[in-house]
This record gives sequence, C-alpha cells and structure tokens, in this order.
Amino acid sequence: MKRRSIWSWLWIVIGMLYFILPLYSTFDFSLRAKKGVLSFLAYQRVFEDPNFWSTIKFSLVIAIFTIIVSILLVVPTAYWIRLRLPKLRVLVEFISMLPFVVPAIVLVFGLIRVFSGAPFFLTNTYFGTYVLLVAGYVVLALPFVFRSVDTGLAAIDVQSLTEAAQSLGANWPTIIFKVIFPNLRVAIMSSAFLTLATVIGEYTIASFLVGIKSFGPYMSLIGQNKTYESSSLAIISFMITWAFMGMIQLFNRGKADTSALAGAR
Amino acid sequence: MSSKQTFIQNNKRDAPRARPSSSGWRNWIVVAPFFLFTLLFIVLPSFSLLTRAFLDNNGKFTLLNFAGLFEPSILSAYWVTIRISLATAVGGGLLGFLMAYAVTVGNLPRAVRTGLMTFSGVASNFAGVPLAFAFIATLGRTGLVTLLLKSVLKINLYDQGFNLYSFWGLTLTYMFFQFPLMILVITPALDGLKKEWREASENLGASHSMYLRKVALPILLPSILGSMILLFGNSFGAYATAYSLTGGFINLVTIVIGSQIKGDILYNPGLGYALAIGMVVVMSVMMAIYYFLRRKSERWLRQ
Repeated sequence: MKRRSIWSWLWIVIGMLYFILPLYSTFDFSLRAKKGVLSFLAYQRVFEDPNFWSTIKFSLVIAIFTIIVSILLVVPTAYWIRLRLPKLRVLVEFISMLPFVVPAIVLVFGLIRVFSGAPFFLTNTYFGTYVLLVAGYVVLALPFVFRSVDTGLAAIDVQSLTEAAQSLGANWPTIIFKVIFPNLRVAIMSSAFLTLATVIGEYTIASFLVGIKSFGPYMSLIGQNKTYESSSLAIISFMITWAFMGMIQLFNRGKADTSALAGAR
Repeated sequence: MSSKQTFIQNNKRDAPRARPSSSGWRNWIVVAPFFLFTLLFIVLPSFSLLTRAFLDNNGKFTLLNFAGLFEPSILSAYWVTIRISLATAVGGGLLGFLMAYAVTVGNLPRAVRTGLMTFSGVASNFAGVPLAFAFIATLGRTGLVTLLLKSVLKINLYDQGFNLYSFWGLTLTYMFFQFPLMILVITPALDGLKKEWREASENLGASHSMYLRKVALPILLPSILGSMILLFGNSFGAYATAYSLTGGFINLVTIVIGSQIKGDILYNPGLGYALAIGMVVVMSVMMAIYYFLRRKSERWLRQ
C-alpha cells in the first residue's frame, strides 16, 4: 500500500469514528431502559405514546404542505425566467439565497412580529399559525428547492418542449403541469425528500409557533424528563433522516447534491 | 447593426413565440406569486425587524438600540458565537477537506467515495434536538465515551474541566454536521483539479509536496476558504442544537434572541431587534465574501 493511501485511510477512519461513536453511544444508551438487561423497552414506550404518533403526523402533514407550496411557487417561476424573463434571473437567484442570510431564529422573530398584529392576526387562530409555519418552512427550503429545480430545468430543452407543446395546442397550465413537471420529477422528488428531512424534526420555528404539537418540540420535551426514551427518539429520528436521504440517492442515482444549509440547526 | 439583426431573427422565429403576448402583464402573472410570497414572508419580516431596531419604546427614531449591542453581556454573546463558529468552521473544514481529499485525489476505492457522500448527506442534515441527545449519550456525564475514558484511560473528562454544555462541548457537537457539510461542498472543487496539472509539475521535476504547495493549494484555497465561511454561517445561525443541549444556558446570540421572543428578557424590545439585525449583517458579510471567493475559484475550477 502506498504511503499516501495510508494517510487517506487514516482521515476516513477518524471521520467515520466521529460519525459512528455518537450514534453507537446513543443506541447503546437507548437499550438500557430496563436495569441490568438490554431491551427495546424505551422504543416500546415511545411507540406506545400517542403523542409520538400525533406529533409525527402533524409534522408530516406540515412537511407535505411545505413541499406542495414550494414546488408550486418555484417551478413556474424558475421555468418562466428561463423562457421569458431571463433578466429577472439574478433577482430570483438572489432571493433564493436570502434564507442563508436570515437565520431561522431571526426569521421566526420577524414572522411573529409582523403577523401576530394588525392587519393579519395570524397567530390568533390555529389555522393562522399553521399557515405561518408552512410559510417559514417554504422559506427555509427555498435555496435548495430553487437550485434543484433550476439545475433540472437546465438539463431539459425548455424552449423546444414549450414550442412543441404549443404547436400541439396545449395551453399554459397544460404545459407547466403535463410537460414541465414530469420532466422535472427527479429534481422535484429530491427536493421534496430534502424538505421532509429538514422539516420533520425542525425545532426553532416550530417551538415558537406551534410548540409541542410538532415533532421537534415533542422530542425536546421528552428529553427534559425521560432519559432513555430521548435516546431512542434520537435513533428513530436518525433513521428517518437516513431513509429520506436514501430516497434522494435513489432518485439522483448517486449524484448527491444534498446540502440543506438553512436547515434545522 | 447586430441588435437589429437579432431583432429580425427573433421576429422570423416560428409561430409559438408570437402566440402569447410576450409583453405586459401576462408575463408577470406567472412569477407574481413567487414575488408576493417573498415580499410577505422574507422581506416584510426582515424590514419589520429593521425598522423596529431604530425605534425606542415610544416609537421615536433612535440609534441607542445599536449602541446597546456594545454592552458587555451582548458583546460576550457575539464573541462566544463567533468563537464557536470559527472553531467549528476551521476544525470541521479541515477534517472535511482531508476526508474529501482522501476520496477524490487519494487512492481509495470508488465505493468509499459513494459511501462517504451518502453519509455526508445524512450527517449534515442530522442536527437539532436529536443531535443534542446523541452527544449527551456520548459525552455527557454518564455518556459512553466519558465512562470509557474513565475506566480505560483513567481520565475523568469532567474533572479536567470539560463540560458538554459549554464552549468545547457545543463545538464538538456542531462538528458532527459541519465536517460532512464541508465534504459535500468541497468535493466538486477537488474533482476540478486536473490530472494534467500534476503530470505537468511532475514532468518539470516537482515533488509531490511541491505540487501540493505550489499548484494544488493556491487553486483550492479560495474554495476552501469559501466553504469554511459557509460553515461559519451555518453554526452562527444555529439555535436548536445549542438550545436543546444547554437548555438555553449558554450565552449565544441566537439563544438571547430566542429568549427575547418568549419574553422581553433584555428589558428593551429595541435591543432584541438590533441583535437580530446584527446577526443578518454578519451573515450578509459572510455571504458576500463567499460569493467573492467562489468567483475566484471558478476561474480555475470550471467543469
């Protein structure tokens, strides 16, 4: 073996240890709920908790709405600036990068200050806070949804597809939903799963808007008074992230460009 | 001349281009929802914080809120946040770079690279509450690694002054999502290093270390610095991980803002807004430097 590859292996092993040790420790800890023996008792307790299911369901529904809204906002816009309004491209790119500059905590601060008062009063009703939550998540997802969709559009010949559809008599909704959307399914699916992975356990925005109704704050609550259950929740949450990222790999065929910078940190 | 020519060409194009009225309101109606959304949920909240930062309790214009940023407790919050971000950006950046270098330039099997990329995608997105739990189970007082060090190496971390719920603990925890992120953003740059450059320098008699110092590093440096700035911003704005790890008992800017949202702990709403705006300013400067560096690196690393 060459000397250089020994160094390569060394760094890989160190990195992998950094990755595996916390997960192994957490898993080990999660099995110790019953004194003296290893058991899945902590998992069983989590799965028997109705709040676990209701919060995860709530966060899933919010995530699905986030995906629908962000795709409906981004795809037509990205398509149109490619086709008709290229001069807007710089502006839209700039906007899609804004969530990097406005951290989640600042975003939720601003959202609450603007929409809790006149003329919106969104935080007065449950529905209003859900709308605000989805909006906040759409903002968080904007950078990677836009980038993913835009790269997807670059790979297809937007101009020809549009002209072909038009000569066959298609109107604009038909073109966007029946021609452009299907051609972007890889981009849409991968940004959808990345959104799912970011939104499902998101804490910052959720804790201020809806509290323990959603999964992130629920986990945090469990962490305050139940030691073993919190470890099993960490493992479950890790599995969920892993599953979603695995789906992206599947759709992208290994071409992973999956960094959610404005995520739930 | 040339503009006239393209005008004629455009007009000569076939029917579909002529069919929708390409001028006027129809063009804008497609992009209107996007701009309306951004206006409502990004621009308006930011501007609301910005204007409130310049108002005192009676709604009059003031600069005192920004002067308040220089109070010792606020300065120390910024200082701790910057130190943690710097430590995790440099530490995570170096480890991530070395790992990415190992799988791109170093002679490792292709499968290692694929595996590493999958792992990086997952780990860079594993943050917040569950990450805090994982590190409590690892390096907390009864964490596995803490206990192992005590029983095997007879080192008691907590007697040595280590505390998971303070600077070093938080830094180690953030590293978990920082170095995978570095791997994701630096790998394309490393892929851009051309084999020919190495061969050329070898033909000219350069040693491997000379090639690294004189060719590879200068080309990669803007990308490395740019990626580290990205990592800096990533931990600068982090809230969930720090909050659930320390229960809010660490003096970070994000944590102070969080407490300010829950109730006016600074006893001055204006200062809270100034704090948030200060954060946006720091992030904007970071992003500006990032874009400048990315421009620089694109000169060499265009694919």
